[in-house]
Amino acid sequence: MKRNKLLLTGFIVVAIASAGILVAADHIDAPAVTNQPTDITDLYVFRGQDPNNLVFVANTQGLLSPGMTAAAKFDANTLIEFNIDVNNDNREDLVIQAIYDAGSNRMKVYGPIAPSEVGTRSKIEGNLTVEAGITPYGSAPVIGTSSNGIRAFAGPRDDPFFFDLTAYQRIIAGQATSFPNPGVDAFKGTNVLSIVIEVPKSLLGTVTSNNANVWVESKKKI
Amino acid sequence: MKSINSKLFAVLFVGSSLLFASCDKDETPAATVFYQQADQMARPAINTVFVGTADKDAFNTTTPSAMNAAFQTKFQARLLGLNAGYTTNALGQTAAAFTGLLATDVLNVSTTAPTTFFDGTNVLTGRALADDVIDVELILLFGGPNALTGSPTNPGLISDNVGANDKAFLASFPYLASPF
Repeated sequence: MKRNKLLLTGFIVVAIASAGILVAADHIDAPAVTNQPTDITDLYVFRGQDPNNLVFVANTQGLLSPGMTAAAKFDANTLIEFNIDVNNDNREDLVIQAIYDAGSNRMKVYGPIAPSEVGTRSKIEGNLTVEAGITPYGSAPVIGTSSNGIRAFAGPRDDPFFFDLTAYQRIIAGQATSFPNPGVDAFKGTNVLSIVIEVPKSLLGTVTSNNANVWVESKKKI
Repeated sequence: MKSINSKLFAVLFVGSSLLFASCDKDETPAATVFYQQADQMARPAINTVFVGTADKDAFNTTTPSAMNAAFQTKFQARLLGLNAGYTTNALGQTAAAFTGLLATDVLNVSTTAPTTFFDGTNVLTGRALADDVIDVELILLFGGPNALTGSPTNPGLISDNVGANDKAFLASFPYLASPF
């Protein structure tokens, strides 16, 4: 995957200099998959414009410079899976799966559906829910819509994460004792590849104490 | 004679193998494709702050239901390493209680309340795009019990002074700003 190698190298040097404290929020926090399409940078879950819906966002492949964004691609061998626990045991009761189909250049979405097995191994579950063509860099968002009210988007977006990472690294390394004001957003001007899926809350079924526990996984074809 | 028999046998054997092979192909459905976990995350910056370099890949492939047993003790040591003076935080949590919450890395999401990491009222009910999650975590890590009532323990460490994204978010789907 092409990306801004200079920028990335700079971050890695800073990370090593500060005794292994790596980039937040989850950017480059998986040594085994860093620089690969399975590298997740962030998870967001929030109410949609319609408060009856929840929006699930998975960002991947962080620190894309504008010059590298057009060439960035999703990977047909990487499954991005939102895991949803609705009875508070931290085991997934439902999954929403997104997998890139290179032939059609579309993101295919499955679920929310109860998975046939829980844990670190998955297979595609159930029938296709909705699909969305990948939005090209510089184009208006391409939005897929299902008959049961699910919407899907996949493509490059501005990285919504903001953090003065450099100042944090200096503090952790003992080179500073407080954050400067104003701070500098280390993620300013960088892009990610985003998957955004909006789901009516009713499709989650009964949610104990109205609290769901959500995490996102990337899984590699075996 | 013997060699002819051998050849005949060999031909028959190959023929039957082909027959079996073609039967196999016709009758066995395509093998199920499986995917094995590579990375995961829920709350922002938890792996970054609390997981040591040697444990990062293990943390990324441990299911949340098994995380507390595997990582809570290490998280607590890390917390006290970052802030040796930690007593409780703005939520009133001891080091054990705070790291007990964080070690199970899931994002709590309310299906009824406003969704936010922390907005002054709602705590851990989701994560919205504009949430200043780093400041929330710095407050809980370094700010002490009175961080939100005007008497933070480490006032220079409870905000990175970056309060918003570099681009405005959209009011409607897909919500995230267009790329640079």
